[in-house]
Amino acid sequence: MHLRMTLAQARNVGLRCMNLLRMSAVPILEQLYLEERLLRTSVDNWCIVNDRTNRPTIVMGVSGRPSELIELKSVLRDQIPVIKRFTGGGTVIVDDGTVFISFICNKNAIPGLQPYPHPIMSWTGQLYSEVLRGFGDFHLRENDYAFNSHKFGGNAQSIIKERWIHHTSFLWDYDIKNMEYLKLPTRAPKYRSARPHVDFLCRMKEYVPSKSMFIERTIKSLGSYFLVKPFDLDDITTEPPCTLPHSTKLLSRQELEDAYSSQCENLR
Amino acid sequence: MALKLWASSAANALRISCSGARTPFPAFSISRCFSSVIDGLKYTSSHEWVKHEGSVATIGITDHAQGHLGEVVFVELPESGVAVAKGGSFGAVESVKATSDVNSPVSGEVIEVNAKLTETPGLINTSPYEDGWMIKVKPSDPSELNSLMGSKEYTKCCEEEDAH
Repeated sequence: MHLRMTLAQARNVGLRCMNLLRMSAVPILEQLYLEERLLRTSVDNWCIVNDRTNRPTIVMGVSGRPSELIELKSVLRDQIPVIKRFTGGGTVIVDDGTVFISFICNKNAIPGLQPYPHPIMSWTGQLYSEVLRGFGDFHLRENDYAFNSHKFGGNAQSIIKERWIHHTSFLWDYDIKNMEYLKLPTRAPKYRSARPHVDFLCRMKEYVPSKSMFIERTIKSLGSYFLVKPFDLDDITTEPPCTLPHSTKLLSRQELEDAYSSQCENLR
Repeated sequence: MALKLWASSAANALRISCSGARTPFPAFSISRCFSSVIDGLKYTSSHEWVKHEGSVATIGITDHAQGHLGEVVFVELPESGVAVAKGGSFGAVESVKATSDVNSPVSGEVIEVNAKLTETPGLINTSPYEDGWMIKVKPSDPSELNSLMGSKEYTKCCEEEDAH
């Protein structure tokens, strides 16, 4: 699947190296801790693939407010974990039907690509357009990946001085009951047209034959831009980066209860 | 194999403002298609500006930066009293799907934070050099300002960036 050339040849044609980390069923909190650590402390380019996570978890963006984004009563009742991640963007609920693919790059990793949200988003749209050619009418719709106008991939980014991360949660499959933990967001893309979750989203498995095919084709497409080198998770420590300016955080039950109490008071 | 270029979403022509004479409002080109650069400010290659007046340095992000980031929906700022280091991150802006670090052009102590940005983060888009200021710092080493870019140099830097 990887380009068969030596490192010297790769450098001669201007290809940068990218470390490929493939994971399976790693908890999303652990994945986010790892990604933030690699973004801020590594000098390498990384592609991280996690083919699912271990339990349903709500993941909000850096500025997310629980009372606005999630159905707190049912989340507290069912003890659904809620994470605030270090990247921007909206709220998702992820589970064992979600596939995660993340790119962490130095700002000069892709020649001609400016390290700003839109160019990075466009590049990934180009990459996945190649990956999914022949499997559906793929579009980058505003900042989502969609087949026609049905979203299957949500994106988020963080851009620091010399590096950036773009990560995606792909809805390979999802349980519609889990979507009920999420409120309809007040800030939504125009193409959503106020559709409820069930009419707005779609499942990748209805378009692509297998999860492994999607992942392998992504890695192959990545090989057009980078020399991809497999890396082992055991070689990377995954301690939470406690001293970073805005770290991924698992919200405590107390925080969620306080948000719920505040919400109830506001309604009185 | 062909490597494609991805153009920035923002226009890439810049205008330099008029002379550095003090006026109530900073002079800059008002074309909606071009990023503005203000005379009299200093700039970083990571697109922050700093205005040094006496013992206070006011800091924000440039028109070029806000244009490339898109609509700012959230701003994360430090508290007063916090120390900042030249080139180090002091906060972040969120624009739709992305958080972008904002770095301090100078070292020193944060003495004031723009509280308006909590309710109206879009001030960074509409008024990046005035109402959209982010922090005020008491510089610990004013000589750090000497290594920053002036308006002409910064304009050239932006042109080179957008030319890729």
